[in-house]
Amino acid sequence: MSKHSITIEINGESFTQEVDSRKLLIHFLRDDLALTGTHIGCDTSSCGACTILLNGKSIKACTFFAVQANNQKIETIEGVEQGGQLHPLQEGFHQEHGLQCGFCTPGMIMRGKELLEKNPNPTEEEIRWGISGNLCRCTGYSNIIKSIQYAANKLNEKQEEAA
Amino acid sequence: MIMCKTSKEIGGMGHSLKRKEDARFIRGLGKYTDDVQLPGMLYMDIARSPFAYAKIKSIDKSAAMEIPGVLAVITGEDLKQYNLHWMPTLMSDTQMVLPTDTVMYQAQEVAAVIATDRYIAADAVQALENSIEYEQMKPLIDPHKALDADAPLLRPDKEGRTDNHIWHWQTGDQEATEQAFDEADVVVKEQVYIPRIHVASIETCGCVASYEKAEGKLTVWMTTQAPHAIRTVIALVAGHVGLSEERIRVISPDIGGGFGGKVPVYPGYVIAIAASFLIGKPVKWIEDRSENLQADSFARDYHMTVELASTKEGKMTGLRIKTLADHGYTDAAANPSKFPSGLFSIVTGSYDIPTAFTEMDAVYTNKPPGGVAYRCSFRVTEAVHAIERITDVLAQKLGRDPADLRFQNFIQKDQFPYRSALGWEYDSGDYAPALRKAMDMVGYEELRKEQAEKRARGELMGIGISSFTEIVGAGPSKDFDILGIKMFDSAEVRIHPTGKAIARFGTKSQGQGHETTYAQILAEELGIPAMHIQIEEGDTDTAPYGLGTYASRSTPTAGAAAAKAAHKIRDKARKIAAYLLEVSEEDLEWEPGKFFVKGAPERSKTIQDIAFAAYTNHPQGMEAGLEATHYYDPPNLTFPFGSYICVMDIDPKTAEMKIRRFVAIDDCGNIINPMIVTGQIHGGLAMGIAPAMYEELIYDDDGNILNGTFMDYLLPTSVETPNWETGHTITPSPHHPLGAKGVAESPTVGAPPAVANAVVDALSHLGVTHVDIPVTPFKVWKILKEKGVIS
Repeated sequence: MSKHSITIEINGESFTQEVDSRKLLIHFLRDDLALTGTHIGCDTSSCGACTILLNGKSIKACTFFAVQANNQKIETIEGVEQGGQLHPLQEGFHQEHGLQCGFCTPGMIMRGKELLEKNPNPTEEEIRWGISGNLCRCTGYSNIIKSIQYAANKLNEKQEEAA
Repeated sequence: MIMCKTSKEIGGMGHSLKRKEDARFIRGLGKYTDDVQLPGMLYMDIARSPFAYAKIKSIDKSAAMEIPGVLAVITGEDLKQYNLHWMPTLMSDTQMVLPTDTVMYQAQEVAAVIATDRYIAADAVQALENSIEYEQMKPLIDPHKALDADAPLLRPDKEGRTDNHIWHWQTGDQEATEQAFDEADVVVKEQVYIPRIHVASIETCGCVASYEKAEGKLTVWMTTQAPHAIRTVIALVAGHVGLSEERIRVISPDIGGGFGGKVPVYPGYVIAIAASFLIGKPVKWIEDRSENLQADSFARDYHMTVELASTKEGKMTGLRIKTLADHGYTDAAANPSKFPSGLFSIVTGSYDIPTAFTEMDAVYTNKPPGGVAYRCSFRVTEAVHAIERITDVLAQKLGRDPADLRFQNFIQKDQFPYRSALGWEYDSGDYAPALRKAMDMVGYEELRKEQAEKRARGELMGIGISSFTEIVGAGPSKDFDILGIKMFDSAEVRIHPTGKAIARFGTKSQGQGHETTYAQILAEELGIPAMHIQIEEGDTDTAPYGLGTYASRSTPTAGAAAAKAAHKIRDKARKIAAYLLEVSEEDLEWEPGKFFVKGAPERSKTIQDIAFAAYTNHPQGMEAGLEATHYYDPPNLTFPFGSYICVMDIDPKTAEMKIRRFVAIDDCGNIINPMIVTGQIHGGLAMGIAPAMYEELIYDDDGNILNGTFMDYLLPTSVETPNWETGHTITPSPHHPLGAKGVAESPTVGAPPAVANAVVDALSHLGVTHVDIPVTPFKVWKILKEKGVIS
């Protein structure tokens, strides 16, 4: 098994480590770096519990090699809260009861983050399609949609205040 | 209208308190089983059978053992030395931990590998799977053929068994029912199949077992809904190797969804525990999704013949059901009742049917074992589907509106407590207002007009009603136990000197929000703000003994225990308050948060004053401290109910189906947290439309599972799921201390027949009387083709 030295910026911090070429990014994050907020639900890119951002784009870390992330930037759920301030998405999931068991929540939040960055005013239909790669077995999705709408409103308010 | 007795600051019952547990989950700081990492931890992986039925000719461990980092390969023969190769099931059957000679279903565990790394373990499994020789045998897959003369005898290990019949069970008055059918003006009959499905919680199952040799103590972090029961089971099964109950600690950390799938004991848990015990190091086993879908307990798989008798005016007079249950190769149903088919006898539903008779036979096949509930009390979804479907069939036969027929046959409000023909005593109910409310909300009359107009134009739409009655809260100890342990549940409440509290429970949340709702119950009863009450569950070293969370039992049992423990605390608090205020106990009155002197409300002591005094200034002769424990054995089950209406549009050319609207009116008695109740309803509705439209575990004739991954087993996504429209009526339970009933499973139970009835309703003018779930576009397309709608 060949080993590779990789350097990845994760949540603003740089990590350099030797990894096996076959090590999946999800195991690198969870087992090697103890960033266990990103979960494994299916191993086949079907459920989205392992969703993270790679250079701002959401990917499923269960079907991505750690070496593929070399010299790139990753954001995980652990990096979403900034300076003790919850992200509007985190707030939204709490306020709108957008989670129950919490297992899919980190993936939903990461996916929601990219969604809102690309489309700050999504319709309900756009949110539904936008998170259709992330499965939730507890909530029936309605409150997840509301949580993302809550965050969209909040982010737009902030934008207006700044302008 | 929900009335609150406490202020928002106290946050007792009826307040939509935001969940306390969210703080960690939204930050990715939940602690699930797979998040547990221990120094020196080893990884376990499992080699599985490619065949549904085969003799194991040989297992060659050498190729796997040669891989650097592999510490052990464990087979059935290895476990046999410790008499651990078989384990008991909850249904007095036996299940292999690892086989010694025969594999009974595809994906069955055959041998386990222990390695220093998960990748090495996976390599070793591959090497091992290539080193097992099998002799294939023709499997028994169709349960209808299980009793044929030429069927293979699947369980020759069971003494005296000459066929694949597991049990026969019947209930009700057969003679009276037959008479009712003989005398009936109208009889309707349908074959109704409730397919084999899987709960598929997003977190799979697994454990980390850590045996510390020096202390002889085993700690197991485990995805279990019932940690105490597991501890006792481990002690009973492994006591002979020195694991006695005081040295076993089961920790059920955060759980990523349970739905009944995390009630059973799976072989993987047992092997991991055995491996840690033998090697003396922590062992982690986390199954992947395919293993979860292919080998863990299934749900349902009931083949029912359903018959309903009535007068020509539509009064139901008798119900008769015959069922064939496919249990796989062992009866490992997670059924804690004394009835082999659980609570199926709720099948008379919301209707006043004078007589009923049901009988069922369970058989073995070469499929995975199980029989879990999939988010319902055991076998209630099957029962509700039977009665709600056949009610629509009767309406169709009589040319009656299905809502109208339901109103005619509902058990009336003044009949409660109601004794059903199959022996249950329904605690409370008021069914007509719930259905009326659902009809008003959906605009029933207008929809019927729209349907008639659309039909005239060749367009297809259906309106499906389901007016279900659930039966939850196991349970009264006369009918419910696990291995003899009665189905009570417990609460232990301690008030600290500063008036804050900690409470521990024998249940275990898997997303239901117990950390919030239990705190609200105690806030209601003690007046201590819910935010000041810490709730803990899931650690058998600290929590009082309980039977866990499933079958919507937490509020009916542990929730009641919390109220009862709080009352004990209040009794002592009254004594302390009387002492502090220098009055007699009878002169005091309670309002949430304080005792005051009757007629002199300015003279009072708050619960916080009293808590402090309990540690600093309590009456002489009284024990210090302020705490109480209560074990609650409910006098009866609770019977939540509701009425759902599904509006379905079907494309007459492609048979594509879309739920246009879904209205759900639920009645779960008094509500602890409306936000959480609504959330539970939403989730249950999604798990209701799932088997109604998408989910089914499919096997071919050789026993190969055809959809054992999330690529093929279709969980509804946000796109298929409609916007839920919910509401409620409130009919308190007369026997529960808070007037509450369980709720989280009602929607799973009530939704499938609403969907199926909507589809059949859309096709009823074509003469269609029944479509089995899942009602897929392909099934409907075939019907449209057959009826000439599609040429």
